[in-house]
Amino acid sequence: MAKKLEIIHSTFVPLPIENVDTDQIIPARFLKATTKDGFGKNLFRDWRYNNDDEAQPKNDFVLNQPMFRGEILIAAKNFGCGSSREHAAWAISDYGFRVVVSSFFADIFKNNALNNGLLPVTVSEVFLQKIFQQNADTTLTVNLALQSITIDATAESERFDINSYKKTCLLNGYDDIDYLLSIKSEIEKFEIA
Amino acid sequence: MGKTLFEKIWDQHIVKIIDNGPVVLYIDKHLIHEVTSPQAFNGMNKRGIKVFRPLQTIATADHNVPTINQHLPIKDEMGRKQVDALIANCANHGVDLFGLGHPYQGIVHVIGPELGLTQPGMTIVCGDSHTSTHGAFGSIAFGIGTSEVEMVLSTQCLLQSKPKLMRINVDGALNKGVVSKDIVLYILSKISASGATGYAVEFAGTTIQSLSMEARMTICNMSIEMGGRCGLIAPDQTTFDYIEGRKFAPQRDEWDKKLIQWKLLYSDADAMFDKEYHFNAADIEPMITYGTNPGMGIPITGVIPTETTIHQNDHTGLQKSLAYMGLQQSNPIKGQKVDYVFIGSCTNSRIEDLRMVASFINGKQKAPDVEVWIVPGSKQVEAQAKAEGLDKVFEAAGFMLRQPGCSACLGMNEDKIPTGKYCISTSNRNFEGRQGAGARTLLASPLSAAAAAITGVVTDVRELLN
Repeated sequence: MAKKLEIIHSTFVPLPIENVDTDQIIPARFLKATTKDGFGKNLFRDWRYNNDDEAQPKNDFVLNQPMFRGEILIAAKNFGCGSSREHAAWAISDYGFRVVVSSFFADIFKNNALNNGLLPVTVSEVFLQKIFQQNADTTLTVNLALQSITIDATAESERFDINSYKKTCLLNGYDDIDYLLSIKSEIEKFEIA
Repeated sequence: MGKTLFEKIWDQHIVKIIDNGPVVLYIDKHLIHEVTSPQAFNGMNKRGIKVFRPLQTIATADHNVPTINQHLPIKDEMGRKQVDALIANCANHGVDLFGLGHPYQGIVHVIGPELGLTQPGMTIVCGDSHTSTHGAFGSIAFGIGTSEVEMVLSTQCLLQSKPKLMRINVDGALNKGVVSKDIVLYILSKISASGATGYAVEFAGTTIQSLSMEARMTICNMSIEMGGRCGLIAPDQTTFDYIEGRKFAPQRDEWDKKLIQWKLLYSDADAMFDKEYHFNAADIEPMITYGTNPGMGIPITGVIPTETTIHQNDHTGLQKSLAYMGLQQSNPIKGQKVDYVFIGSCTNSRIEDLRMVASFINGKQKAPDVEVWIVPGSKQVEAQAKAEGLDKVFEAAGFMLRQPGCSACLGMNEDKIPTGKYCISTSNRNFEGRQGAGARTLLASPLSAAAAAITGVVTDVRELLN
C-alpha cells in the first residue's frame, strides 16, 4: 500500500540539467542495502559533496542552497536515464519529494517513480522553462485528479497525461502487486491456454 | 496490415487489457541478481507469499562480486550481506542460483544466452537495464525496477504500456577495424542518448544480419543507452545455430516444434513503424566517446564537437561534460593518454570479444604505465578462454585476466578507476562517476581498447592492423 497522492502545493527545487542519469541520482556504491530506507541522504551524492564528505558541501549545487526547498523537483529533459535502479526513486522520495516535473522522463524511471507514489509530471518544454524562470518562493500546485500543474503566482497552468489506471492507483494508494495478485486465476488460465 | 516482430511477441503475451490503462503482460523468463532483488523478496515475505513460478526464474551474483580471489569470503560487509541474502532468498523460494563458485556463474546477460535460457519469442525481464541484450535472439527483453521484480516473482506478470515502434536499418559491409560496438556507438552519436526513449527498437538490414550472436548482443545491449524500452533482432539461422545444444535449449521434438514457431518471428513486409532510420555501414569508423553520456561519441579520427556542431540533445550539457572529462572542444581525441583499460561488462565480455583482443595483441606488449583488466563475462567464458590458451596471450602482453562479474563497468565492487584517471572501456556507460568517483570513461570497442592498451594513448586501431 503506497501513500495516497491528491494535491501537492509547494515551492520547488530547480535542477536545470538535461540527461540526468540514475548513477547521478544515487551512485552505485550506495546500492548495497537490502532495504528501501535511508537513500535520501545520498541523493545526488557526488554533486552535493566534495570528496564524498558531508562536511564539504558543493555550495553551487541546488540541494545545498537553503532558498530552494519543497516537495516538487523540477528537472530538465530525459530525467532518470540509464540504470534501472529503483533506488533512484527511493532516494528522491526519501529526501522528501512527492512530484518530479520534466519535459520528458526515461521509461524505466517513470515506472519506478509511479510504483513508489512519486508522481512524474511531463510538461511541455515551454512550460518547463517558465517554471525555471520563477523565483524561489513561488509555489506550484499539482492536482492529480484534475491532471493539472499551476504556477500559483501567475495562474499559468498546464494539463499533464497519466493513464487512468495509474491515476486511480495513486489517488487511492493502491499498488500494482495488489492488482496482479487479485487476478491470479486469470493468469493461471492464460498459462494453460 | 502486417505485424512487426515486436507486436507478434507482445500480442502472444497479453493476459488481459485494462481499459484506458496498461496491459497485463506475461513474463516467460525472469533473471535476478543480488542488488535489485532483496527488497522484492522482503516485500513478498511481508505479504507471506512465495515465488509463483520458481522454475521460470534464474539467479546469479554478478554486480558487487570481487573479480579476484572469488573463493575467499567477500571482504566488503554490505556486499557480502547482499550475496548472502540472495542465497537465502533463493533457497527459501526454490529458485535456482548460479552463485559464486558455480561453473555457470557470471554476468546475468552473459549467462542467459550461453545457457540457452534466452530464446526467440520470449518475454524476458531482469532488474537491470541491460536486459535489452537478450533481444538479440528475437525476444522482448527489458529492464525493470525492484517493485516490478516483486510483481514478476509474485505473479509472473507485469503491467506494461505498449511502446512506440522504431526500426533502425544498417546496410552494407563494415570497414576494416570496425566491429559491432562501433555500429551501436555510431547510431547513438546520430540519434543521441534519448533518441529512442519510448520506443521498442528493431535492428535490421544486411549489416545486422551478417553479425554473430555475440555482436548482435552488443548492439541490443546498448539500445537502452538510446533510451529504448528494448532492442530486438529477428531470429535467423545464426540464432538457431547458437542456441542448439545449449544446456537449457529445447531438445529433440521440442526443438523441432520451437523452430517452426521461431521461423515466424520477423516483421511482415507491410508492418508499420512509428519511426525508421537508415544507416550505411560504409560510413562507420572505429568510434569513441568523449563525454558523459553514450550518445557523445565521435569517429576515432574526429574532433570533439563544439556547442554548434554537437547533437541538439546534448547542446546544454557539453561544457559541464567536457569540464568533468578534462577535454577541450575542437580537439582531436586520438593521442589522448589513457591510464586504465577495461575489457569486460555485459556489452563486451563474451568469448568472441576475448578472442578478438587476444588475436590482436598476440606478440605485443602493453604500454608500461597502463593497467589492463580483462574481466570475462562468465565462468564458462573464463574456462573457454583458458582452454584456448588466451590466458597465456593476455599474460604475455601484461594484461590481467580476472574472474567474472560486472566489475569496473559500474564500480560496485573494488574494481574502481581512481579520480581524474582516464579509462578506455568496452562497457556501456560513461556517466560521471560510473567507474568510480571522478573517473573519466572513454567507451570503445574491444579492438580499440586493446590498441590503446598497447600504445598507452587513444589509437586508431586500423593503423596497427595488417
